[in-house]
Amino acid sequence: MCTTCGCGHGETRIEGDALHSHDHDHEHEHVHADGTRHVHSHSHDGGDSHDHAHAHDHSHGHAYRPAHSHAPGMAKGRMVQIEQDILAKNDAYARQNREQFARRGIFALNLVSSPGSGKTTLLCKTIEALAGRKPVAVIEGDQQTSQDAERIRATGAPAIQINTGKGCHLDAHMVGHAFGQLPLQDDSLLMIENVGNLVCPASFDLGEAHKVVILSVTEGEDKPIKYPDMFAAAKLMLLNKCDLLPYLSFDVDAAIAFARRVNPNIEVIRTSATSGAGMDDWLAWIEKGAAAARK
Amino acid sequence: MHEMSIAEGVLQLIEDAAEREGFRQVKTIWVEIGRLSGVEAEALAFCFDAVTRGSIAEGAAFEIVPVPGLGRCHECGKESELEAVYDACRHCGAVPVEVIGGTEMRVKELEVD
Ligand SMILES: Nc1nc2c(ncn2[C@@H]2O[C@H](COP(=O)(O)OP(=O)(O)OP(=O)(O)O)[C@@H](O)[C@H]2O)c(=O)[nH]1
Ligand SMILES: [Mg+2]
Ligand SMILES: [Zn+2]
Ligand SMILES: [Zn+2]
Repeated sequence: MCTTCGCGHGETRIEGDALHSHDHDHEHEHVHADGTRHVHSHSHDGGDSHDHAHAHDHSHGHAYRPAHSHAPGMAKGRMVQIEQDILAKNDAYARQNREQFARRGIFALNLVSSPGSGKTTLLCKTIEALAGRKPVAVIEGDQQTSQDAERIRATGAPAIQINTGKGCHLDAHMVGHAFGQLPLQDDSLLMIENVGNLVCPASFDLGEAHKVVILSVTEGEDKPIKYPDMFAAAKLMLLNKCDLLPYLSFDVDAAIAFARRVNPNIEVIRTSATSGAGMDDWLAWIEKGAAAARK
Repeated sequence: MHEMSIAEGVLQLIEDAAEREGFRQVKTIWVEIGRLSGVEAEALAFCFDAVTRGSIAEGAAFEIVPVPGLGRCHECGKESELEAVYDACRHCGAVPVEVIGGTEMRVKELEVD
């Protein structure tokens, strides 16, 4: 565990180094919601105590009644009120990232999808298309290897690889560290390629302006309702690998309808990272967002 | 696995609290999990057992307090219980309804020694 900030990211590595191998001045002091805590003792006398063997019995209903949860005869402990959001720490880091991006006019996008939808290919094409027009930097998230960061660097753009080890998503703390290592001009575009996973990254705000979900047409049109949280969280859906549509029975309209059922406001652009189709729309979408983010 | 990092988050809040409050053992923990939080209660309880091994919360009873999903309809203004974020209004059938509850994941309280 990190002694500076208490974070427990045992396996996370940035460019091969453990997250806290270096001394860094933490902009992010820890936010303990002290205002809400207090200590008090419950008297657990009487009432309908139920047996504690049912630790995972979820039949409590919606009422919150800790005083009723004691095994008869078991020594009673002290009660400590916590009342803290489990993601509060992440959200505090995300807020700091967002403030930092805003100060520097950086337009940050969080690219989320299942593995292999074409995120890195799309990023490489995007960087090539923006060359000379807009500075771009990339934070790459994968469980293992720095292959994707190397693919990005081959385009000439700076990239930092985060390896999450067993972790299945990036969190705002890792991104803050990686961001600190990126040579990034003001008013540039920061693309964060999340770990390929349609579930977890939906819950973790990284401080981005928007989540962009990439759905490739080989995955099936039902993904938006099978994994609704991700599509609900996204501002834009890129329907990628559209060059393959002639060979598939993928129903584009159905996919879009499913996505809109989960998120009526989601924007959709059809792309092919390999043929370049739809890239102009995608670049225009980026330019619009970047203009709004600029200082 | 998502629930694993949520469980680690819970353990971190517990360890922070232990430092503040000076307890050495957690007997019971109450966690509020919303229906729309994207977290599976059973899986979370399972992961919690795994991540707390060797910690001050080892063997603690993990009590999940479920919170139903709640939405408010833009059309008729009424509230409905939601099973999923894309559910229609139960009163008039309109979609979407605005989610107003059930996304929370909170550590409520601990019983400690
Ligand atoms: N036909 C076709 N293939 C594509 C397209 N985009 C990506 N691919 C191919 O899909 C495969 C996966 O692409 P990546 O860019 O590595 O996908 P990714 O989403 O970055 O994958 P992970 O980082 O591992 O999750 C590669 O073989 C790409 O060449 C596309 O638009 N059309
Ligand atoms: Mg990739
Ligand atoms: Zn996860
Ligand atoms: Zn209604």
